[in-house]
Amino acid sequence: MSLTREQIAQRAAQEIEGGFYVNLGIGIPTLVANYIPKDRHVILQSENGLLGIGPYPTEDEVDPELINAGKETITMIPGASLFSSAESFAMIRGGHINLSILGGMEVSAAGDLANWVVPGKMVKGPGGAMDLVNGAQRVVVIMEHCSKNGHPKIVNSCSLPLTGKGVVNRIITDRAVIDVTKTGLVLREIAPGYSVEDVQLVTEPKFRIDPQLKTIEVQ
Amino acid sequence: MKVWTSIDEAINDIQDGATIMVGGFGLVGIPEKLIEALLRKGTKDLTIISNNCGVDDYALGTLLTTRQIRKMVASYVGENKEFERQFLSGELELEFVPQGTLAERIRAGGAGIPAFYTPAGVGTQLAKGKEVRGFNGKEYVLETGLTADYSFVKACTGDTMGNLIYNKTSCNFNPMMAAAGKVTVAEVEKLKDAGELDPNFIHTPGIYVQRIIECSGYEKRIERRTVRVSRGN
Repeated sequence: MSLTREQIAQRAAQEIEGGFYVNLGIGIPTLVANYIPKDRHVILQSENGLLGIGPYPTEDEVDPELINAGKETITMIPGASLFSSAESFAMIRGGHINLSILGGMEVSAAGDLANWVVPGKMVKGPGGAMDLVNGAQRVVVIMEHCSKNGHPKIVNSCSLPLTGKGVVNRIITDRAVIDVTKTGLVLREIAPGYSVEDVQLVTEPKFRIDPQLKTIEVQ
Repeated sequence: MKVWTSIDEAINDIQDGATIMVGGFGLVGIPEKLIEALLRKGTKDLTIISNNCGVDDYALGTLLTTRQIRKMVASYVGENKEFERQFLSGELELEFVPQGTLAERIRAGGAGIPAFYTPAGVGTQLAKGKEVRGFNGKEYVLETGLTADYSFVKACTGDTMGNLIYNKTSCNFNPMMAAAGKVTVAEVEKLKDAGELDPNFIHTPGIYVQRIIECSGYEKRIERRTVRVSRGN
């Protein structure tokens, strides 16, 4: 069975270690926050100028001047800090963010990422994605394994305009967890009910198989 | 004196074709009242440097409706149908800049740094035609600093010296823009006398602000109201 969006988010949350400073992209990556265990101390960064994103506000707590990068109203955790966009991207570009989790449309065997130009739609702009993928210590892309018409999204070479070149460390999809290494892609985990052959069939580059290949653990 | 009492007079010398930086991220921290004044004044052929371009009927989006903007420099413009229409018809020029690069180009401009190298955009179409250079085994693209004829910024509190304090995530691009504008006009919700603000907690020192004006009646529109059910419900 393919993982649901929530299960992909749940698996991605396992990438987050205690003490990490993490930036979560817009869309499914934002859901990842829901699956971070309560006892794990994690600081979420919002590139519009906040370290320490809290849960969504109650109706009474809504503050029009407190939003995340997806422009959603949010709250702050105790110990949060606020700063300018220049400071925010200094910490991103300077390698202080441990992990960036973002969505993708294509990832190549060399770790190139395309996620800012949607074919057939007006280009909205890169936002902070180009800075994040080049600055964060580790970049994890979460996405469906195949496009809506069944084509592989993990490809030999991206056909869509790039967000970053050689920037992705790990890909988590509804069918597999695949690492980008210097010697090519390595299949680390596989969704329940899928065989290695099933996954290779929908992955354009040939991957190697981790000798400790595991089944993705989600609820 | 930096304090103005009429917002229309505070921007009256802006000429057609001017370059203006406008603070804000999404609809947060935008200089609502200065944008409204610019709409009333009708200044045309503007180059606007701002992270976003508002929404169709509010903020910078209103200046699109009146065709006052000739060129937009931004990182993300997704919330605006009229923007799309004008861009696709060729009426509006657009320069995309990665968000961190935009912030740093403005910071550099205000800090007297003509250009700098950043990894963001290397290997993408946004680096086309720009110098790429290796440092310590990694590639970087050369980006230039940005300045503007005017900067419009919004702060929660200011004083008669031009010192500014921002509220929460309304800070965003405002401090760097204040420094990068030849003439920076700040609108504030509360204007205090010199000495009333704690110097330890000033975000933007008054040297960057040429004109300051107290405004009221803020809409502070919310783009995406997301809430959780309160505890105990």
